[in-house]
Amino acid sequence: MTRKQRRLTIIGGSLAVLAVAAALVLNAMRDSILFFSTPKMVAEKHIQPGKRFRLGGLVQPGSLVRGDNLKVTFEVSDGSSELPVSYQGILPDLFREGQGVVAEGALDGSGVFRADTVLAKHDENYMPKDVADALKKQGHWKDEYEAKAKGGARMDGNAASATPGGQGAMR
Amino acid sequence: MIAESGHYALVLAFGLALIQSTVPILGARWGEYSLMNVARSTAVAQLLFVAASFAALVTLHVSSDFSVVNVVENSHSMKPLIYKITGVWGNHEGSMLLWVSILALFGGLVAIFGNNLPISLRAHVLAVQAWIASAFYLFILATSNPFLRIANPPIEGQDLNPVLQDIGLAVHPPMLYLGYVGFSISFSFAIAALIEGRIDAAWARWVRPWTLIAWIFLTTGIAMGSYWAYYSLGWGGWWFWDPVENASLMPWLAGTALLHSLVVMEKRNALKVWTILLSILTFSLSLLGTFLVRSGVLTSVHAFANDPRRGVFILLILCVFIGGSLSLYAFRASSLKQGGLFAPISREGALVLNNLLLTTACATVFVGTLYPLALEVMTGEKISVGAPFFNLTFGPLFVPLLIALPFGPMLAWKRGDLLGAAQRLIAAGIVALIVLAFVLAWSFGGSTLAPLAIALAMFVIAGAVIDITERVGMFRLPLGVTIRRARGLPRSAWGTMFAHAGVGIALIGIVCETSWNSENIRTMRAGDVTNIAGYSLKLESLTPRQGPNYREMAAKFSVLVDGRVIDTMTPSKRNFTTRNATTTEAALLSRGATQLYISLGDIGTDGSITVRIYHKPFVLFIWFGPVLMAFGGALSLSDRRLRVGAPKPAKAVRELQPAE
Repeated sequence: MTRKQRRLTIIGGSLAVLAVAAALVLNAMRDSILFFSTPKMVAEKHIQPGKRFRLGGLVQPGSLVRGDNLKVTFEVSDGSSELPVSYQGILPDLFREGQGVVAEGALDGSGVFRADTVLAKHDENYMPKDVADALKKQGHWKDEYEAKAKGGARMDGNAASATPGGQGAMR
Repeated sequence: MIAESGHYALVLAFGLALIQSTVPILGARWGEYSLMNVARSTAVAQLLFVAASFAALVTLHVSSDFSVVNVVENSHSMKPLIYKITGVWGNHEGSMLLWVSILALFGGLVAIFGNNLPISLRAHVLAVQAWIASAFYLFILATSNPFLRIANPPIEGQDLNPVLQDIGLAVHPPMLYLGYVGFSISFSFAIAALIEGRIDAAWARWVRPWTLIAWIFLTTGIAMGSYWAYYSLGWGGWWFWDPVENASLMPWLAGTALLHSLVVMEKRNALKVWTILLSILTFSLSLLGTFLVRSGVLTSVHAFANDPRRGVFILLILCVFIGGSLSLYAFRASSLKQGGLFAPISREGALVLNNLLLTTACATVFVGTLYPLALEVMTGEKISVGAPFFNLTFGPLFVPLLIALPFGPMLAWKRGDLLGAAQRLIAAGIVALIVLAFVLAWSFGGSTLAPLAIALAMFVIAGAVIDITERVGMFRLPLGVTIRRARGLPRSAWGTMFAHAGVGIALIGIVCETSWNSENIRTMRAGDVTNIAGYSLKLESLTPRQGPNYREMAAKFSVLVDGRVIDTMTPSKRNFTTRNATTTEAALLSRGATQLYISLGDIGTDGSITVRIYHKPFVLFIWFGPVLMAFGGALSLSDRRLRVGAPKPAKAVRELQPAE
């Protein structure tokens, strides 16, 4: 083999691997990416039942109901609309009413969000960035959060906890 | 006083770094040895001053000096001593100080042990090292000073985040930083080579041990972090494809590729330009990781700081160093002479394939990690890219890598014999097939993917073992000769075997844990019994206990097999009063490499408690694998060929070594 041929083999091989990788990435992008919505966006966008997405907002105070077999229902609110959520499993340590939450799952036929994963990423004065942004945009951002956030309590390594199949690591 | 001294020492280290970044370069330009040698003394002095600064911060934390903001925000006088020390780097400012301390440590080590380096190369390397150091000193001094005083000192601190109050914090971040920052050495060597316009096999021999050290630490650091998340988050997950984990995985993938391409360069003087690029990319990915974690751009638990000034500052550092080094590369790379030719089927070819697949896999992780950020910046749309994405992209790229892995070490340099290598691997193939048949039969009706993956892992392990047995001539030659050969074999050959087998072992753990993990989530009361995977667990009692800075509810379980108690497990739920935060302390019971895992959920008012019980077969293999890889790395490092400053091996010894 000449030098040129060898070089071409290597370049050809590299391009082939890159093409395969690009195809894999594009394919995965189509199927396995989750969009983030707030209850208001859900109402506006008419998301189809069965389509998975991430729902974020605050847990509506007084809405948490615990049933048998670790079933729970609660409402997620973004200040202007609410969406009922049902979930079976153990809620994260930091799940509390009035606090930020992100749930992963899909709507069922009756308009209830069936979550298979619930994430709570906050301490007493932190809410998930997605949720904070969404609330800010809608003008429901409470000044006290701002004040607290500025008051030195930075979000250093805030705990996340999750549920079976969920995510949230601490490193 | 201590805080001010620490701050002052840091400023002095910054000053020294500025001298170190300019004077040696000028010295090399003018050919002045005395100026070039300045690099050495400044590097050592810089290390001393940073160490003093770091020691000052540790002292402040240990003595609970609540007149310092950093201590107030992250410590508490009741906190156990070990967490007072580890709490130093459990926050943004302290962890940046640890970062520069480790950078200075590596610089100092090069200065001390770099006696056999050509003097101008050493001057350049240390100068580049000082550029990085200066940028980060400036960052700390301008935006993240850990020594700030508070006007009205409180009586008590706000305590460290309870999740971080774990032995994992003592080990994981320092290890990870030793890995991250260690790659700065190969970066500095690469830039120095580009500036000097000269690079050869000796260069690779100098860089390889440093890269290997960084790689060993990064490997153990990632594994340690994974195990920490596994036992402390309470639901037994060990890898989440969280952006911050990806931030450490990317330099690891690139660093692993670099390690292999350095071999080619050292032995065959080929792939020079690529190796330089890879050195730059690896450290750039480390910087990117620092940016992702430290700037708060992520919606991740790891995003410690949320101060945009910091983010912009690190982004600037990132742009200057990556942009600068890549431009330098573009200008100078063509001046480096190309070396050794090789056929596509050869050891070099196999290592090129390894590099290709590792860097491509790294690129998919890069896309998956940064695409959501880019999309949010550009369109405002928020998406999350999780495990499914990486399983679909990263996974398929690793399969050919693992299939090709055993072939690599069997091929000869320059021109290899693929058929011959395949013949020698027949035994490994047979082992894999037997295992495949066994696992298929055992898991009949389940997915076929898992047994195939296990067979692949066995192929990798068997291939690594066969490579060594072939080399020492086991079963072919008398035992005495075999032992003599095994002794004569370079340690790096043994290192290769352990590291490659470690990959297979980790894969077995990963597949077993994800495919045959069983879980049992239920509400229990004292006296209740539940079953999982042949074990019976009886909840004996629930008792409240008082810890140093928390209260906890501990549940005592008896573990029974066939009605006989074999052990007890005591998971608990802790409440940290200062931060009003709850953590779950899981209980683990190891049976061989398999673990039982219990964590507690909510405690009801009626004395009932929700529990999560997992049975995770062979889960420990996930971490044995990386430990074995790191062990293999350490063995290679101890190879006299790589030991910095080691004399050339005597000729007689070399004759005993089989050809590689």
